[in-house]
Amino acid sequence: MAKKPTQNKDVGTTGHSWDGIEELNTPLPRWWLWTFYATIVWGLYYVAAYPAWPLINGATQGFLGFSTRAEVAADIAEFEAKQAPMNDKLASVELTAIADDAELLGYANSAGAAVFKTWCAQCHGSGASGAVGYPNLVDDDWLWGGDIESIHTTITVGVRQPTDEDYLRQSEMPAFGRDELLEDGQIDEVVNFVMSLSGDAQDATLVEAGAVVYEENCAACHGDEGKGDIDQGAPNLADAIWLYGDSYDAIRESVYYARYGAMPAWNTRLSEAEIRAVSTFVHTRGGGQ
Amino acid sequence: MSQSQPDAPQNLYAAREPVFPRRVSGKFRNMKWVIMAITLGIYYLTPWIRWDRGVNLPDQAVLVDLANRRFYFFWIEIWPHEFYFVAGLLVMAGLGLFLFTSALGRVWCGYACPQTVWTDLFILVERWVEGDRNARLRLHRQKKWDARKLRLRLTKFVLWILIALATGGAWVFYFTDAPQLAVDLVTLNAHPIAYSTMLILTATTFFFGGIAREQICIYACPWPRIQAAMMDEDTLTIGYRHWRGEPRGKLKPHKKTKPAAAAAASDAPVISEAAAPQGDCIDCMACVNVCPMGIDIRDGQQMECITCGLCIDACDDVMEKIGKPRGLIDYLALTDETAEQAGKEPKSVWKHIFRPRTILYTTLWSLVGIALVVALFIRADIELTVAPVRNPVYVTLSDGSIRNTYDVRLRNKNGDDRPFKISIKGHPTLRLQLEGTPYDTVDVPADTMSLQRVYVVAPKGSEPALSERMDLRIWVEDISNGDRAYKDTLFNGKGN
Repeated sequence: MAKKPTQNKDVGTTGHSWDGIEELNTPLPRWWLWTFYATIVWGLYYVAAYPAWPLINGATQGFLGFSTRAEVAADIAEFEAKQAPMNDKLASVELTAIADDAELLGYANSAGAAVFKTWCAQCHGSGASGAVGYPNLVDDDWLWGGDIESIHTTITVGVRQPTDEDYLRQSEMPAFGRDELLEDGQIDEVVNFVMSLSGDAQDATLVEAGAVVYEENCAACHGDEGKGDIDQGAPNLADAIWLYGDSYDAIRESVYYARYGAMPAWNTRLSEAEIRAVSTFVHTRGGGQ
Repeated sequence: MSQSQPDAPQNLYAAREPVFPRRVSGKFRNMKWVIMAITLGIYYLTPWIRWDRGVNLPDQAVLVDLANRRFYFFWIEIWPHEFYFVAGLLVMAGLGLFLFTSALGRVWCGYACPQTVWTDLFILVERWVEGDRNARLRLHRQKKWDARKLRLRLTKFVLWILIALATGGAWVFYFTDAPQLAVDLVTLNAHPIAYSTMLILTATTFFFGGIAREQICIYACPWPRIQAAMMDEDTLTIGYRHWRGEPRGKLKPHKKTKPAAAAAASDAPVISEAAAPQGDCIDCMACVNVCPMGIDIRDGQQMECITCGLCIDACDDVMEKIGKPRGLIDYLALTDETAEQAGKEPKSVWKHIFRPRTILYTTLWSLVGIALVVALFIRADIELTVAPVRNPVYVTLSDGSIRNTYDVRLRNKNGDDRPFKISIKGHPTLRLQLEGTPYDTVDVPADTMSLQRVYVVAPKGSEPALSERMDLRIWVEDISNGDRAYKDTLFNGKGN
């Protein structure tokens, strides 16, 4: 069946033969050659137009002035320009009004998620569930208040920061053991009492005595019923959530040495829109009040 | 592999030899006209078909809405997560190609390929402007660009460009509302992407259909190679009955045949016309002249052949004129050629088409098709996906209860807003709570997907709170019509 094509009657073969099947030596179409020349011309243009030759202090620039770095910068600038109206709106509305505007809420949540991952996840965890000493933000227990305005204030001024000159998030618990404000026995008693508020004391016989110690030393800040005080960041001792652990030893350590958890003031690093975005994000993670 | 002395090629490169297909008529030509009318009609007219879907949805019957990630096809609306329909259609297209190629060879190339259809259209215009093969050859060979040549060429190119423009223009109508875009295009208000797409497709249509033509099939297209691998000895393809046609020779009028006695009496050894056996092929070149690929089918099956059947029409025409049976060039399989040469009856056409191989392809093709249709009919107008939040797996609340969080995505495929009621089915102690609302109902706007955070709380000390994990089913109900859908998931407790 193998016959030579009609149009190129004299193409001949390459001399290669596989089981009697010979390979025709058909000439390439000439336009194919032109495309080859075109690639050469394009290559020369490319070398002149774009960064190409590596030199000691970088590559040749090319007459188009193209740079991926500049493209990224332009993309970011364009992106920021597009976001500007939304950011302005976010930074100016009432905090409580954000949740009523579905578009603004969606934007704040998305932007807040990005801010959170960049600045907050290191301590509070990528799922905002915290760690020992770093509050869980998805539960319903808040040291300084869980409504959007309180969260916003906390993020803005930080916790226990010298820059917080209005004393919005300042407080300090005495180190009852280290500073010898209480006897060791009294500390054991008060720890047992505190444990009894939310569950079972380790030693039930000490609870009654502990109540007296609590009344005299702790109730001023943590409240008569141990419900805490969000105005001074005093934790609720009667709930199931323990920032530093619910074991006897962990609670005793808190009483003996006291704790002094701190968070940076974010108004020095984030814009108002970013702070509001991340406040909204935290508020809508399940614990917002 | 054996190696013998290669023949030196005449040239490393050869210019394209222009092809001037002659006009032909016959059943394959008629079939090609019909297919051209249908395929071009579908292509140009489809975007203009309207289909009412309600106020919030487009009323274009076939629309690829890239901006909103939707594909509309009459009563079907495909969302991005249903892309498997497209994958299924591609599988069907692939199997369909296997089927047709194993039964009828390169039938796609010859009749339905856009390259073939548009080239056919461009050749039609060319013939209409410049005349048939001989006139076009003369015009081509005429070196001098006189007024007539200039006028004919210009007319042809303008008509080609108009067709190309309509082709590129029709394409963009599939991607946005056609009537609105038509107005925008004319008033120069359309998006630059619409213009650039039109420009590129106009240029490629003009170049592929008018200038490059068969070069695309021979050098640019992968199908000829792939399809050649899918054909076998029972595949029907265009063939030349060379045992009938050869040796070919010019048709000699009978009256001029010398009497045998006169030839014998002559001194010179003249070979008698009657003695020389002559086949049916009269070497009239009709089959070559009509070929859009510029090949000679009498050389046998060739990679260039797109099996358009025009040579069959041309040859049958000639055979009728000289009073010979039709079918010197015909749809033939390799097994037919062997059988006929051996003097046996070839298989019937149906035996070539219905073979185990083609039946297998048809079965597979139908199975995929049925699966797609079933999938299309059982899918609901409301859908949900449930992604349990695993970071953290659960949260202990201040009253000691255990809370799980689920990201529930609700899809409303209707053209109006719908209230979706969310409920759970699981351990009776579990309580449901939605983020951002005290109610258990959320409004999902028309034709959108909403993300709703759903909390499920197990009281302190309850069975789900203390277990490792428990089954949980999340239900969604469209309150407006009672449509329901659910997804199964798990509730994670503290464990003991």
